[in-house]
Amino acid sequence: MAATKASKEQKYDRQLRLWGDHGQEELENAHVCLINSTASGTELLKNLVLPGIGSFTIVDGHKVSGEDVGNNFFLSNHSIGRNRAQAATELLQELNTDVSGNFVEESPDQLLDNDPEFFHRFTLVIGVQLPESTCLRLGSVLWNANVPFLVCRTYGLVGYMRLVVKEHTVIESHPDNALEDLRLDQPFAELKSHIQSYDLEGMGKKDHGHTPWIIIVAKYLEKWFSEHNSQLPKNYKEKEAFKQLIRQGILKNEKGTPEDEENFEEAIKNVNTALNPTKISSGVDDIFNGEQCNDITSQTPAFWLMTRAVREFVQNDGSGNLPVRGSIPDMIADSEKFINLQNVYREKAMQDASVVSKHVEALLQSVGKVFPFYVSCSMDSADGEMVLYLMLRSVDRFYQQHSRYPGVYNYQVEEDISKLKLCVNSLLQEYSLNVNVKDDYIHEFCRYGAAEPHTVASFLGGSAAQEAIKIITRQFVPFNNTFIYNAMSQTTATFQL
Amino acid sequence: MNLLLFSLFREKKRRRVVELTEKMVVDGGRDGGEWDGRWNHINMFLERPGPFTHPDFEPSTESLQFLLDTCKILVIGAGGLGCELLKDLALSGFRHIHVVDMDTIDVSNLNRQFLFRLKDVGRPKADIAADFINGRIPGCNVVPHFKKIQDFDESFYRQFHIIVCGLDSIIARRWMNGMLLSLLVYEDGVLDPSSIIPLIDGGTEGFKGNARVIFPGMTACIDCTLELYPPQINFPMCTIASMPRLPEHCVEYVRMLLWPKEKPFGDGVGLDADDPEHIQWVYQKSQERAAEFSITGITYRLTQGVVKRIIPAVASTNAVIAAACATEVFKIASSAYIPLNNYMVFNDVDGLYTYTFEAERKENCSACSQVPQDLYFSPSAKLQEVLDYLTENASLQMKSPAITATLEGKNKTLYLQTVASIEQRTRPNLSKSLKELGLLDGQELAVADVTTPQTVLFKLSFTS
Repeated sequence: MAATKASKEQKYDRQLRLWGDHGQEELENAHVCLINSTASGTELLKNLVLPGIGSFTIVDGHKVSGEDVGNNFFLSNHSIGRNRAQAATELLQELNTDVSGNFVEESPDQLLDNDPEFFHRFTLVIGVQLPESTCLRLGSVLWNANVPFLVCRTYGLVGYMRLVVKEHTVIESHPDNALEDLRLDQPFAELKSHIQSYDLEGMGKKDHGHTPWIIIVAKYLEKWFSEHNSQLPKNYKEKEAFKQLIRQGILKNEKGTPEDEENFEEAIKNVNTALNPTKISSGVDDIFNGEQCNDITSQTPAFWLMTRAVREFVQNDGSGNLPVRGSIPDMIADSEKFINLQNVYREKAMQDASVVSKHVEALLQSVGKVFPFYVSCSMDSADGEMVLYLMLRSVDRFYQQHSRYPGVYNYQVEEDISKLKLCVNSLLQEYSLNVNVKDDYIHEFCRYGAAEPHTVASFLGGSAAQEAIKIITRQFVPFNNTFIYNAMSQTTATFQL
Repeated sequence: MNLLLFSLFREKKRRRVVELTEKMVVDGGRDGGEWDGRWNHINMFLERPGPFTHPDFEPSTESLQFLLDTCKILVIGAGGLGCELLKDLALSGFRHIHVVDMDTIDVSNLNRQFLFRLKDVGRPKADIAADFINGRIPGCNVVPHFKKIQDFDESFYRQFHIIVCGLDSIIARRWMNGMLLSLLVYEDGVLDPSSIIPLIDGGTEGFKGNARVIFPGMTACIDCTLELYPPQINFPMCTIASMPRLPEHCVEYVRMLLWPKEKPFGDGVGLDADDPEHIQWVYQKSQERAAEFSITGITYRLTQGVVKRIIPAVASTNAVIAAACATEVFKIASSAYIPLNNYMVFNDVDGLYTYTFEAERKENCSACSQVPQDLYFSPSAKLQEVLDYLTENASLQMKSPAITATLEGKNKTLYLQTVASIEQRTRPNLSKSLKELGLLDGQELAVADVTTPQTVLFKLSFTS
């Protein structure tokens, strides 16, 4: 048992550094369903099997054709004529013995007719190359069962995916460029007294040059406040003046030239971002005022319970502010000064977290639940591609009318152009869209003949798999909610539809 | 985009197709394990005209034959990107593929390098990758090379129509870039398009990646955009030696200062980042160091990450970037579409984000501009200053440059780091001034470095 765990840690090391052991656990407890094991589907699934998804089930009623084998790494020519779900499961399963693979030799429409609750058991359902009618039926079943539904499609040189989920909450968003939470405009008591413990004028040269820039900015802010009616530097002019004030504080040698004090340079550089007023963003306010946050019941999921607890903190304990984040960036300083400062922020963050935790306990008790809970302290979070989206919808219409896609055989390409154009126009009319779709696109989509070139399927499979992992692990923010990939220009776009 | 290039490229193709057809008549055809409909998904793009195709594109049934029988692709790297690239190319009709990789398989590769299994650990990546693809895709002939890219010369690289890189090192990229630039033929100052080998380059790191298309001599090369790769910042020595603040500082202290001092596994035994016992020792000592300064957060995983300079990696990002690169290979080989012009950046940390732009050529690029690079120094400047400039300048970023000059008719090595005996002999030159070394205003200095297979020429101009 110990040996297996160790080798899993080794095997998954590179991804554990991204989503951690708890993210990996979520992944290993997940069971995903893939409908249609065409290249787009198997490529997507490969990117879930490799990182160790718990289990997968492929639903596919088709038999393997020669064409299928040509663009699919997980179908061999020996499987031509066999059921496609079964054939693909074998070669996907072989990728990773930690994963368990299953298959169902039926079409999704059959399952929807006979046993729609079949789909309720999955963490996530992925539908690939599905006709619109099946998508809509499946979407409705999954929406009501609260199972996230990811629709994917490769059509010629166009990739498409759509996320259908009632609500997805992200607890660990891992923001890439978040501003720091330093509270310099409203220092909490412990920070205030820590700042006071420094005497910049009285310290020796070595200490002066190794004082963290946060302290420097805080000290000079005190001076500024006393001369500016406790107002933060507001505009460019004032910020420049403030920076000058700090610059004057740099020690000078006997000749009067400024010493090389990198920590003061850091302070000056960080003035622009360090003085952002501490306040709650409107996005967070919206979440606090949400229905789910107000009505806490025994069914309320973890995310909303914690959100409510944080709201209680803001209103009762935080003087209108969120719990302190607790992290500070690295900066020039000697070890002792840095660690001491870091600890001031960390301890406050832990204090705030435990207050939030008490609120969580109180809320749980109020709805009759008592179980251990982990509280994390951070809570913050038409030309071009649009034409391609419209073309994909039009192609769906074509399929509805003619039970086939346009231009599949060479002789069809020319005559289908006018038929597809009718579909485009009826779509635009139905949605009252005053958009001009150039004939070139209609021709191009007939030319595609509903082909699924491997490289485009692979790009989509990679993109979609990572979104699936985000849904399952609740880490990192998923796309919302329609994504288009244009392999002709190597560009993408995301629309919220 | 130079359309002349494509015409000549096609002409080159056509000649080769004729050659090969003749050869086929003699050899009696080939058995590629074909079956009905195999290439349907790509035939649409080769046999049908369309509104967005390249102006030179001619739909034909011959194009598929070119891809299958004639077109030769080189894949550099058989790791995260390499495995994906081999699969993508094989399933896009390419059969003559060579792959170069100097590494062997490690357990930590298995979460994304899907051509490898546990039983393959320790074996050469190139060999195993080639075997897997050849076995899975009938008719495909991937030829492996368990070698460094530097082990080959122009005669090897010249045989390929297109080269695709899935490398994990900027130095290697620059070397490859330099190699393809050295293949360019200029006649009376005009570039011969048939000497151009397109280079498709992909790179990934965690959830970020990029794909770019380079036509050496025509579009921006790797060195033109060197500033896009900011030099890797190592922690300052004073922080590591006496003022650690982060757990990483503690690990670096043990790796750089304590290990050489304590020689825990014997004299002359260097730290082997792949040896768990070595890492365990570093981990324990790092914890002790951290405790001294009240620093928390040292874990085995963090220790290993710092020592090995580990970059997190997942299958999905590699799949996306390799797919984009392979699509470009297909476009160029088939002339079916205008290729990416010329740089795409991808990031799926928050939703999915891409940015596509045209990287511009640098007028005085040290690799591709053919303009001799200028060096401005006072005659009293020390050679060390020149060395520092070569390594620290953002557009040059050399690693261990070797400087030679022609003095009194003889070729003299002023400083060379990579051979210990020569390093010792030439080290005193570093503290000598340029004047003392006998260098003159306008002097040409030849600099060799791992970042390029060719020597870079600099012109030394004295400032007063």
